[in-house]
Amino acid sequence: MPDAISVTVNGTAVRVPLNSTALVAILMSRASSPARFVRRSLSGEPRGPLCAMGICFECRATINNQRHSRTCLILCAPGMDIRTDD
Amino acid sequence: MTSASRNFDVLIVGAGPAGMAAACCASENGLRVAIVDNNPQPGGQIWRGASQSSAVPEAAPWYKKLAASRAQVLSGTEAYDHPAPGKLLASSPGGVCEISYAKLILCTGARERFLPFPGWTLPNVIGAGGLQALVKSGFSIAGKKIVVAGSGPLLLAVAAYLREHGGDVRLIAEQSSWPRLIRFGLALAFQKEKLAQSFALKCQLAGIPYKAGCWPVAAEGNGRVESVTLRSGNKTWKEACDYLACGFFLVPNVELPLLLGCELRAGFVRVDDFQQTTIPEVYCAGEPTGIGGLDLSLVEGQIAGHAAAGNREAARKLFRERDRSRKFAAALGRAFSLRDELHSLPADATFICRCEDVTLARLRNHSCWRAAKLQTRCGMGSCQGRICGPAVEFLLGWKPESVRPPIYPVSVSSLAKNISIESQSSLQEELR
Ligand SMILES: Cc1cc2nc3c(=O)[nH]c(=O)nc-3n(C[C@H](O)[C@H](O)[C@H](O)COP(=O)(O)OP(=O)(O)OC[C@H]3O[C@@H](n4cnc5c(N)ncnc54)[C@H](O)[C@@H]3O)c2cc1C
Ligand code: FES
Repeated sequence: MPDAISVTVNGTAVRVPLNSTALVAILMSRASSPARFVRRSLSGEPRGPLCAMGICFECRATINNQRHSRTCLILCAPGMDIRTDD
Repeated sequence: MTSASRNFDVLIVGAGPAGMAAACCASENGLRVAIVDNNPQPGGQIWRGASQSSAVPEAAPWYKKLAASRAQVLSGTEAYDHPAPGKLLASSPGGVCEISYAKLILCTGARERFLPFPGWTLPNVIGAGGLQALVKSGFSIAGKKIVVAGSGPLLLAVAAYLREHGGDVRLIAEQSSWPRLIRFGLALAFQKEKLAQSFALKCQLAGIPYKAGCWPVAAEGNGRVESVTLRSGNKTWKEACDYLACGFFLVPNVELPLLLGCELRAGFVRVDDFQQTTIPEVYCAGEPTGIGGLDLSLVEGQIAGHAAAGNREAARKLFRERDRSRKFAAALGRAFSLRDELHSLPADATFICRCEDVTLARLRNHSCWRAAKLQTRCGMGSCQGRICGPAVEFLLGWKPESVRPPIYPVSVSSLAKNISIESQSSLQEELR
């Protein structure tokens, strides 16, 4: 990746293209598992992004200690700390 | 006034094509103009991030004009409350701020309509525009099998885009029927440019089967979607896929207009010739006044910008162009109206509300939104009914209730931090 930056998802380093959203970093961190989910629903279902435009809240995670951040609306910055709730 | 507040002659909410055009025109008259938008970059749904590339030729002149104007662009900033006339509250990752305005232009755009069917909550079942947005923001779909389904011209644009980016697009399933689409096609023929565009698209799509009168009835998979069951006439079959990109046309984002007290007509914000809403000094342009695509959003934005700046003559010159585009919008709406069979898409056990995991069976026990909300919490989760609301309206006929602030959840920690707009201008510098 020529213009890549590094962030951490649940403590593990992930390299993403420049101008990627935090959501992309989460999905890339799950590349080896077939289920690319972001969070668990109230009844425990795995959920991934639906709208990718800040409407559905299915992509929410903790970014730099800010809980319930919509990761599809936030660009990755070097060293960003992203944590999913599962 | 605190350090966190700021005054503008014209404030615009939404930096899609409509908001960008409005900002350019309003600032021609030397007024102090600002746009707030909750995305990281201006451009809205169609141009998101295009300022970085020259891949979108029709976007370039608007980005240039916007950068040359003195309008302040506050990206990553979301308007969530209207505490008093002439004031909005907005939040950003840094905190919240109060913004005062003399005139307000609402350019809040539209979102995809999602209809629930068994399996629609599986990971990798995603909006059609949603998957496109994900790819635009860095995600790779190279080599992945994708079925694009639902309704609207967006499906074609999305399929072409995904294929260009290495996706293996298996099928486009459009719920509307050929007879409807042909009638729409005739309406298109009156607009030469549009016709050329749709032909260009068709060429790109050569090789991707396009089925009209075809829709998804279920998605299956273990932990993520692995196949989709499609129906066309009496035929039902399974199509294997890694992604199901599915959206049923668009619905307008009218939450902020409603909070301001703007009247709606048939679900859209009611405006006069100058794009003024039923609330004085509050204008509205783009998708919230009617789903009409790029050209309509651009021309309405320009009219609203000129009108808000008091330049009614310049606004008037654009009326004819707008009226032409509105005819196109009306044809769009007719061509892609939802077929009756879609009413029976969800099963009793299908979640209608994804935030609170409320099934159709539980909703059916109630007669109206209010009762259902109280008893099931449907529509009371994080998305505040933005996803389930349009579905419930279609499935059960319940009209949305009035909106309450905050229209987006605001975290306690950001409420604690009042930030000044000056500290955000570095963001804007980066964009230039
Ligand atoms: C997901 C999606 C993808 C699309 N892709 C295409 C495409 O590829 N080609 C095409 O021709 N058309 C596409 N469309 C149709 C598209 O909406 C129009 O062509 C055009 O972008 C509309 O412009 P607009 O300015 O009216 O609205 P939008 O482009 O939707 O802009 C509205 C902006 O306002 C922001 N906003 C809304 N409320 C607030 C608030 N309270 N505070 C701050 N910001 C707010 C939104 O996030 C958005 O950035 C797409 C639509 C959607 C929903
Ligand atoms: S994916 Fe819907 S809000 Fe982020």
